Amino acid sequence: MGNSKSNTSKFISELPKNMFSGFVVSLIALPLGLGLALASEAPPISGVIASIVGGIVVSIFGGSNVTITGPGNGLVVVLLGAITILADGNMYQGYIFTLAAIICSGVLMIIIGQLRLGTLSDFFPSSAIQGMLAAIGISIFAKQFHVMLANTSIKGDTLSMLADIPTSISVLFTPEYSDIVIAAVVGVSSLFIMVFYGKIRNKYFQLVPAPMWIVLIAIGLSYYYEFFSTEAYPISASLLVQIPNEVFSSFPRPDFSLLLDMKFIGVVVSITLISTIESLLSIKAVDKLDPLKRRSNVNKDLTALGIASIVSGFVGGLNVVTVIARSSVNVNNGGSNRSSNFFHSVFLILFVVLFQDQLRRIPLTALAAILVYTGYKLAAPKNLKDVAKIGKEQLLIFSATVIATITTNLITGILVGILTTILIHFVLNKSIMFFVRNLFKPNVLMFKEEINDNYFVSIKNFSSFMNYTKLKKKLDTIPENEDAVVDFSLCDFVDYTVQESLIGYQETFKRKGGSFEITGLDIHGASSEHPLAVRSLIPFSKKLKVGPKSNLTKRQFDLQQIADDFSWNYDPKKDENVLALSDFVFFKIKKVSYLNNAIFDQRDVFRISDVVFSEGEFIARSLVRTTVLTIKLNKEIPKFTLDKEGLLEFVYKFAGFKDVTIQGHPDFSKRFYLLGEDTENIRSFFTDEIVLFFESNPYYHIECNGQSLLLMRKERLASIKEIKALLDYGTRLEKIISGTQYDEIVLKTPKIKT
Amino acid sequence: MSEALHHKFNTILIGVAFSPNLKNNIFEAMRMVDFFDCKMIIVHVGEKTQEKEDKIKALISGFSEDHEKVKVIWKQGNPVEVIIETAKTNHADLIMLGAIPREDFLKFYIGSIARKITRHAHCSVLLLIKPSEDLRPCNHIVVNGLQDEKTRQTILDSFEVAQNLGAQKLTIVEEISHQEVKVVVEDDRSLLKDTLIKEQLAKKEDLRVQHILEDVPEDLKYGILIKTQSIFGKRGYSIGHYAKVVAADLLIMNAPERTTFLDRIFIQDIEHILSELPTDVLIMR
Repeated sequence: MGNSKSNTSKFISELPKNMFSGFVVSLIALPLGLGLALASEAPPISGVIASIVGGIVVSIFGGSNVTITGPGNGLVVVLLGAITILADGNMYQGYIFTLAAIICSGVLMIIIGQLRLGTLSDFFPSSAIQGMLAAIGISIFAKQFHVMLANTSIKGDTLSMLADIPTSISVLFTPEYSDIVIAAVVGVSSLFIMVFYGKIRNKYFQLVPAPMWIVLIAIGLSYYYEFFSTEAYPISASLLVQIPNEVFSSFPRPDFSLLLDMKFIGVVVSITLISTIESLLSIKAVDKLDPLKRRSNVNKDLTALGIASIVSGFVGGLNVVTVIARSSVNVNNGGSNRSSNFFHSVFLILFVVLFQDQLRRIPLTALAAILVYTGYKLAAPKNLKDVAKIGKEQLLIFSATVIATITTNLITGILVGILTTILIHFVLNKSIMFFVRNLFKPNVLMFKEEINDNYFVSIKNFSSFMNYTKLKKKLDTIPENEDAVVDFSLCDFVDYTVQESLIGYQETFKRKGGSFEITGLDIHGASSEHPLAVRSLIPFSKKLKVGPKSNLTKRQFDLQQIADDFSWNYDPKKDENVLALSDFVFFKIKKVSYLNNAIFDQRDVFRISDVVFSEGEFIARSLVRTTVLTIKLNKEIPKFTLDKEGLLEFVYKFAGFKDVTIQGHPDFSKRFYLLGEDTENIRSFFTDEIVLFFESNPYYHIECNGQSLLLMRKERLASIKEIKALLDYGTRLEKIISGTQYDEIVLKTPKIKT
Repeated sequence: MSEALHHKFNTILIGVAFSPNLKNNIFEAMRMVDFFDCKMIIVHVGEKTQEKEDKIKALISGFSEDHEKVKVIWKQGNPVEVIIETAKTNHADLIMLGAIPREDFLKFYIGSIARKITRHAHCSVLLLIKPSEDLRPCNHIVVNGLQDEKTRQTILDSFEVAQNLGAQKLTIVEEISHQEVKVVVEDDRSLLKDTLIKEQLAKKEDLRVQHILEDVPEDLKYGILIKTQSIFGKRGYSIGHYAKVVAADLLIMNAPERTTFLDRIFIQDIEHILSELPTDVLIMR
């Protein structure tokens, strides 16, 4: 009882934070909702309705914590197809039929959720899924590129639309089309904002998400023409967002008359398939960003998404899925529970009610630019390269899926992907019987080792996407703060899908304080007769490159010099073990990819390294590099973060910590932001000597997790000079801290408390 | 009861074919006979020729001249029926059968004849994956600890086998199937529940096995390291997997209930083990 009470009070105390993140998310959800609906040829408001319904319904019935729900990228292609074909080109009739299909797919999703069939999504090979997503990206890109250039009348299949891009560009330079040039300029500028947004690391600029900047600038432009310019607004009404006057009073009525039509059934299946896959992938990815490291209940979430889609369909909205980009924005802005999803809906309602007139001023080209960027991100050549790195056979699966999806449809595409994968597995193992014989055998054994309470999981025969659920079921029952060993030495064949998924487990276990080791795969690599896929995959495609010394860059060479000067060690290699950093608040909601260029002393007390991390997935996925110094302390000191007052860049990320003022040092309290939970201990730790040190030295962002200190200054790599300064600062700080008589105070305080 | 216990195997029957494995099979059988100090019956289903007779005589010549101890039977007919019948009429209590290695020589399965014998024999059956000429020491025995009325007797008997074979370690494996846990792990709460239930089940199972172990006479336990282990997997199948993981030398299992036609379609318990022998398997009856 007490527990639930404290949960409630915690929930309430976190409300303001979630309200804020809900607000930021709604800033993205609004333009994206409009854009995704437009790209599907549905009324623009239908996307916003999906966001509103999704946020409210899923935050109440869902099983995940920090996810945001709304219209999804993947669905654009299916919905567009549905709206165009269901009524043979009559868009509005098609939309009404599609609403019925959305409602039916909602029912299917509820069934999937209730029957706990969420695991079905594991039956898709990951290269095929990546291929499918890339194909969706290409389709969105192909169509929206034209819209961005103010050519809204483009029709045809993906390939012909791609081929037509040069025509759409050249048309702009002919005099008879001069009236659409301004609209196209707005579109292209919007694309530039999307592309370069991540590169500008200015805290005020970053407070507003890129899509909202586009909307604000576009609206601002229209006001400029209205009030300050004598000329008329140069973008014609047909290129502006159209929103009905009575959004919340008259809803379109879904038309179920095609219920038994094969085309209709196909649409329902496609919508269900794509929304399930997209949602499950997103939930999985968002769970990795959750600062509180909770595990989402995917089946409950699918049920909630189904309910939301039904409701949304009845009020004229698109179907509802879990979306990754908005979810990671939510986490980055302090979203910590489901209320942020709810608030994002509330703010959307406010926007639609209060700013209807402003919304009608948004040019379609600007929204299309957002989608062009989204499509590009999905289909980015980088994804292709990543797949190719894993192995030629994965590239083959990927390409087969992409081509099949683009030339036919999503269902055929994914089926081709699955078939290609199965065939490749047959060829690699030179045997069909091997799979047939072992497919239904229970191939996973798990037991808890007596000696050190490890969970030991052994897999026999083969492990691929076809029987992955068996393994997954076992792995899911291991608490992530325990130690697990997964052994493949009895397993003849392990495919990429399984290995990729295990890497995910590895990350989760690391985050939650356990360990997850994969053994037995190295044997496979050594054996020459073994399938290619396995061998090429053992280092899981993130093969560490051990560059020879002569290959060092200038910076690396200088780093080597610094290390030599201190007679410390220097290691340029990538280090994927980022465990040491995940304890720090700063890295809690960030995904650290790897560390490299480490300089460390013999005792490994000081360690400077470059850190590469990303702030969530997708739109916000731009990689950030920075240089940090970690200092291992020889004693426990209280956890705190210290920043310069007024520099919000770092501070806003540590919601939940209290500002601590140090008595007798008003100047220090004025200049620095000292945050922490344990006010008493922090006060006693910050002795005059330490305060004086901080006051008289340059400013760094300093964070303490109890045992170690993290020092950094900027969200970029430090120069050689800066590294020298950082080292100097760090060593002096360590000396002072290890010199203070802090231990006794720590011992006393808890006693008083109890 | 205790009388039977100390003389688990009195007559060992081995069926032979004149394959390259003949020598190894017979040597294995002779060693077993030696370990258990019992009689041996060699059965060949097929024509009796002078050549064959000489061959067998040569093989067993070094072993025992005692005709009471070694008996060679020649009989024609259906191998399955002949062997089962001969075992019955001669009161054999253990039938030994050799397995055939799969293409890659790392996996073993038993042919349809041996499989049928295993199913229908009235006595215990020992399946050997790699009969060899030389003695391979049997160090680690894995015994099933299934919740089954036969388990008690199997465990008691396996201690006698362990003593006779000179095994140093005996692990009793309790299998906890997914169905027993009855929790679907979906989130943190169900995970916690699942972990707790599994812990309780493991404790309960362990207690049950400990009770059985209390009944094993001390002299049979002497010199053997006894371990219990709970595993999570498919009942009857995962124990084979476990035996392979820990590289056990012998796996001792309860005899299956009379198998019906349906059992062969919905493969269960022992059939899994037979389809892929993890190590030498002794099926107790």
